[in-house]
Amino acid sequence: MHNKTITELAKDLRAKKYSSVELTQFFLDRINQHQALNCFISVSEESALKQAKAADIKLAKGEATALTGIPVAQKDIFCTQGIKTSCGSKMLDNFIAPYDATVIEKFNQAGAVMPGKLNMDEFAMGSSNETSYYGPVKNPWNLDIVPGGSSGGTAAAISARLVPAATGTDTGGSIRQPASLCGITGLKPTYGRVSRYGMIAYASSLDQGGPMARSAEDAALLLQTMAGFDPKDSTSVDSEVPDYSATLNDSIEGLKIGLPKEFFSEDLNGDIAAVIEATVNEYKKLGAEVKEVSMPNLKLAIPSYYVIASAECSANLSRFDGVRFGYRCDKPADLTDMYTRSRGEAFGPEVKRRILMGTYALSAGYYDAYYLKAQQVRRLISDDFNKALSEVDVLMGPVSPSTAFAIGEKSGDPIQMYLSDIYTIAINLAGLPAMSIPAGFADAKPVGLQIIGNYFAEARLLNIAHQYQQVSDWHKQAPKGFE
Amino acid sequence: MSLTADDVTKIAHLARLGIDTQDIENYAKDLSNILNLMTQMGELDTEGVQPMAHPLDQVQRLRPDEVKEDNQREHFQAIAPQVENGLYLVPKVID
Repeated sequence: MHNKTITELAKDLRAKKYSSVELTQFFLDRINQHQALNCFISVSEESALKQAKAADIKLAKGEATALTGIPVAQKDIFCTQGIKTSCGSKMLDNFIAPYDATVIEKFNQAGAVMPGKLNMDEFAMGSSNETSYYGPVKNPWNLDIVPGGSSGGTAAAISARLVPAATGTDTGGSIRQPASLCGITGLKPTYGRVSRYGMIAYASSLDQGGPMARSAEDAALLLQTMAGFDPKDSTSVDSEVPDYSATLNDSIEGLKIGLPKEFFSEDLNGDIAAVIEATVNEYKKLGAEVKEVSMPNLKLAIPSYYVIASAECSANLSRFDGVRFGYRCDKPADLTDMYTRSRGEAFGPEVKRRILMGTYALSAGYYDAYYLKAQQVRRLISDDFNKALSEVDVLMGPVSPSTAFAIGEKSGDPIQMYLSDIYTIAINLAGLPAMSIPAGFADAKPVGLQIIGNYFAEARLLNIAHQYQQVSDWHKQAPKGFE
Repeated sequence: MSLTADDVTKIAHLARLGIDTQDIENYAKDLSNILNLMTQMGELDTEGVQPMAHPLDQVQRLRPDEVKEDNQREHFQAIAPQVENGLYLVPKVID
């Protein structure tokens, strides 16, 4: 059951080969067997089996949707009523939300079953899943390497077949980079396509939730459920949601692919460059044309991103003050002592670093030099993308400059860690949709291909990814011990 | 551009963020390195470039100022650590 796609599982459920309760119990047992990966922060066995029973009734009545009865785990950044939402932080270790995030509501309405909440970097700040209060997640391809971050728990759980699919969020690459490092498919939708209501905010102008699965076909089913206008989210975009599965089989003959030359500099590992080149050649065989494009301001994406993300994080995380919810220090002397000690005791070092950086960048006298400048650079980067995407249909390139690195290798050097997001961050600044799909291996570790599209071109991206997955089997390969 | 331990202490105070004394030097070093990275933006002439605050340049959507939410006091208080007579109990922090 663990190697089947969502479509295959849904078909089996309808044919009564097994019930949703049996399917859910199977995956709960598998999650339990592989606790060493540390993918889950909470396993919600009781409520999952209750949801599965309800799904079986819907299936029997013929009222099921594509996801009814299918286990779909949730990144622990989405608020879930009655089940802990920690966001990977000690700050929220005791937080049980009184409401569901819109994304959770939508999965519930679709009849999906939530087996648990997935591990993640604290408040989604990290590129390796080492900053979680609940410890690092292990990459199933090699237990000594990172799964990527911040949706590392999601990527590792899907790669190890602990769940068929799950959600992630992407502020600077947190869906695509772990998808790449764990050999799965991940899609960051256009900013505003998926509601952020009930998704704990890190950097509000960059954060975007999206689907992670083993194939583009499964990701399309998840996005269909997640996408859509939400009046509760003031950044949600009111535009029609297409049928993402309907166009998966469209021909990509004549597709114009742009390769940004800045993505292929000497910083890119040669083995990864070779994998990307081979994949692009496969696309040529499918009828695509390839053209080199240039994005001259791309090199400033990292400084611009870290100013904007840190500034927004310092504002968003000011709500965690020990007063209303979350961690509170013991026996505070006065109000300031309560704020300072609650925050100091409950936030980890990376979160503190970004709060400090953001507070500095926004403080009197530095706003113009950092924040305003970063927003101007952001505009120029966005213009670069607009120009490139006016010449071609999509851009392709690597997701990450290296394959998954060893646990602990970069955790002492924030700059090295930040540079590992060099190919993903600019897309968030521009708000564009982008995917990572399995494209091969380098040094026995998975390598992802990044496909970047124009605003709201998710259906086209899924189509392009699916067409490649019809002629390749990288997405079907499982790590040893998890087949 | 580099930050001193005093700078970090001042920023931490502005952010109401407790930092252990033995960690201050490390934060000063890391933040100085990150600031150097950020200073690279100074190489680019951005004179007259319109700042981009929102990826889609959308304006903030407004809604009529109407009460829509039901009173959910009991529901919210069900998860509070301490409640008495419909009120939240919190430790005394102001004399």
